[in-house]
Amino acid sequence: MPVLDLMSGFIVELRNAGLPVSLTENLDAMQAVKEIPIEDREAFKYALGATLVKSNSHWRAFETIFEVYFSLRGPEYDISQDPNATEEEMWRKMQEQKPGEGKGSSGGSMDSLTPEEIAAMLMNALMNGDQAMMRALARQSVQRFAGMEPGRPVGGTYYLYRTLRNLDLDNMLDKLMQANRDRAQDELTALEERLEKDEYSSRIEQFKQEVEAEIRRRLVADRGAEAMAKTLRKPLPEDVEFMHASRDEMQSLKKALYPLTRKLAARLARKRRHGRKGPLDFRNTIRHSMAYGGVPADPKFKYPRPAKPELMVIADISGSVAAFARFTLMLVYAIQGQFSKVRSFVFIDGIDEVTSYFKSTEDIGEAIHRVNTEADVVWVDGHSDYGHAFEVFWERHGKDITSKTTVLLLGDARNNYHAAQSWVVKEIQKRARHVYWLNPEPRSYWNTGDSIVGEYGAYTDGVYECRNLRQLEGFVEKLA
Amino acid sequence: METRFESVQVVRDGLKKVHYLADEGIAGVVFLAQRLGKPVLVEGPAGTGKTQLAKSVAELLGARLIRLQCYEGLDESKALYEWNYKKQLLRIQADKNSDSWSDVHEDIFSEEFLLTRPLLEAISSEEPVVLLIDEVDRVEVETEALLLEVLSEYQVSIPELGTITAKQIPMVFLTSNNTRELSEALKRRCLYLHVDYPDLEREKEIVLTKVPDISQNLADQIARIVRSIRQLDLKKSPSVSETLDWARTLMLLGIEHIDAQDAKETLHVLLKYQTDIAKAAKELSVEK
Repeated sequence: MPVLDLMSGFIVELRNAGLPVSLTENLDAMQAVKEIPIEDREAFKYALGATLVKSNSHWRAFETIFEVYFSLRGPEYDISQDPNATEEEMWRKMQEQKPGEGKGSSGGSMDSLTPEEIAAMLMNALMNGDQAMMRALARQSVQRFAGMEPGRPVGGTYYLYRTLRNLDLDNMLDKLMQANRDRAQDELTALEERLEKDEYSSRIEQFKQEVEAEIRRRLVADRGAEAMAKTLRKPLPEDVEFMHASRDEMQSLKKALYPLTRKLAARLARKRRHGRKGPLDFRNTIRHSMAYGGVPADPKFKYPRPAKPELMVIADISGSVAAFARFTLMLVYAIQGQFSKVRSFVFIDGIDEVTSYFKSTEDIGEAIHRVNTEADVVWVDGHSDYGHAFEVFWERHGKDITSKTTVLLLGDARNNYHAAQSWVVKEIQKRARHVYWLNPEPRSYWNTGDSIVGEYGAYTDGVYECRNLRQLEGFVEKLA
Repeated sequence: METRFESVQVVRDGLKKVHYLADEGIAGVVFLAQRLGKPVLVEGPAGTGKTQLAKSVAELLGARLIRLQCYEGLDESKALYEWNYKKQLLRIQADKNSDSWSDVHEDIFSEEFLLTRPLLEAISSEEPVVLLIDEVDRVEVETEALLLEVLSEYQVSIPELGTITAKQIPMVFLTSNNTRELSEALKRRCLYLHVDYPDLEREKEIVLTKVPDISQNLADQIARIVRSIRQLDLKKSPSVSETLDWARTLMLLGIEHIDAQDAKETLHVLLKYQTDIAKAAKELSVEK
């Protein structure tokens, strides 16, 4: 396939995956490709990355698509004609490393090894950090254990799982550590042991990636790049839905959250200062008049410091929306400097104040953990009861709401057909500066089944759909 | 520019000669930047050598480094050019009656009365320069627009004088600590390079080149401990410059082999938050 066609297919796929690629960037990439030969794969990848991907959070998506599109190009990545020479050499090396076994029967190919032998060799390779051997073993084990059949409509994760299970990779780390302990003459100190462990985990991780890459190559060879890219298409971290995030996606969400909070805090601080002019700053004006020969041609103004809002967060942390509540709390506390005061409450059918958890530690993760484990939020049966929670809140803390307070209500408003007690929200609205409701459910699900977000929403200053980080970010920016 | 890089490998070796250890990605982007004549936007955590990259490239090319430090409130009179008002005033007052108005007008808006600021200086320079626009994320979005003309056309328009076009295309590096999203317009004009913490091998190499007389063994241990610390969930992970500070500290203390006690006592060089230090100390001397 000529490079041009390949590139345009690649760029279409990048756009499909949600990466913004403009026309000029496309042209730049074409320019770059002229300078760097496609054979030098790493450099080629970085060249495309530098011209097409302008945000680090998109890099992973880019990398995956790149692997799919270019995996079958370049000699060393072609699986149809495996570089037999190197394989052979590898094999000889393996024979040497396998002392005592002395089985002459193994006829010069890797296929004759038993699974146990492969596992033993893998352990050896991991122990010594032998990269070439790890790669060869990754190939071999995929071929052997994944059980891939052409045309079978199964995702890559299934094959990955099968391969890794056969190699017993979960216990590999313990085994390696044990072997290491046996090998060392003296007792290892805790620090040394910790370092060894990290070293081994990183090697195992590397091996896993090799296996994944091998599976992907085989799948592409079987199904073609376009089809493969489609199955691998994943939402970008900022588009992952809170309510349906897998564990991996949760991790990437958490990673995306930190830089986001920094950005948000900087932007809010700037916004507060920006565009507002106060009284004339006499000193500053005179200073700048020097440039105009003493004529105050460029008047300078003092910036007023508007009061920061006070925030009360009331979050439903029952199963389905827990992740959303967690993220919102993390986000709010990460930028708490932008508010004069933040208080937070969590509920399921009972309600509990958790402000102190966040006060006692600087580590937000730890505070969230305490919220999950220690907060007293169950009253009767541990099914969401917004009505009761709101009622108790009003009784205990209603007085604390002032005209400076902004109240945030988080939840899907699925009340399990309990009494709504929406008068509480109405009362809150009367006292507070603003009341907002954030709902992690798609808008089309609102007010279906036992969701009564409309009933509460009538008394708020706005109900917002907050399904992903992007929407949440947009809302918080508006808030402060 | 006189020296033109032959290949990515040449860039990499060249940077190594000036004590900057580039990985494949960094060298590749620097190479491309020169070939395509495009600015490079370098992003990444603080202390990973973004600014150093520009300095090293300048050293490698034997070019002059012109640096524009960005900050909030930066305006064109500090980034591009400014008229030298005092001199202009003097010129007008010097011979009040001899010149006609048009002569004076012609005269005071000539290059003699122009104060060049970093961007204009980089453009108008005769010899090769490397332009470093540091921490571009600190300026307001509106101010970014100042940079656009320079970055894409390599020219500066001055209403009174006309357009000054670059005599040679300078290499431009913009660095950003990612405190805000840069505008699309700016990003589109640049090549993007994300510099992350180096991997184990590279970090060890960096320690070996930057800290004289350090032993292989100690450098290896330092790199490994730093990697372990970076894996923890910290407020601020140790940067490369902090790794180097730590290595120097250990050298000064005459420590050849780090044990848990030494590590604990010197952690404050590596980490700057009390909570981080406590966490790392707890993790590193973990009882098995």
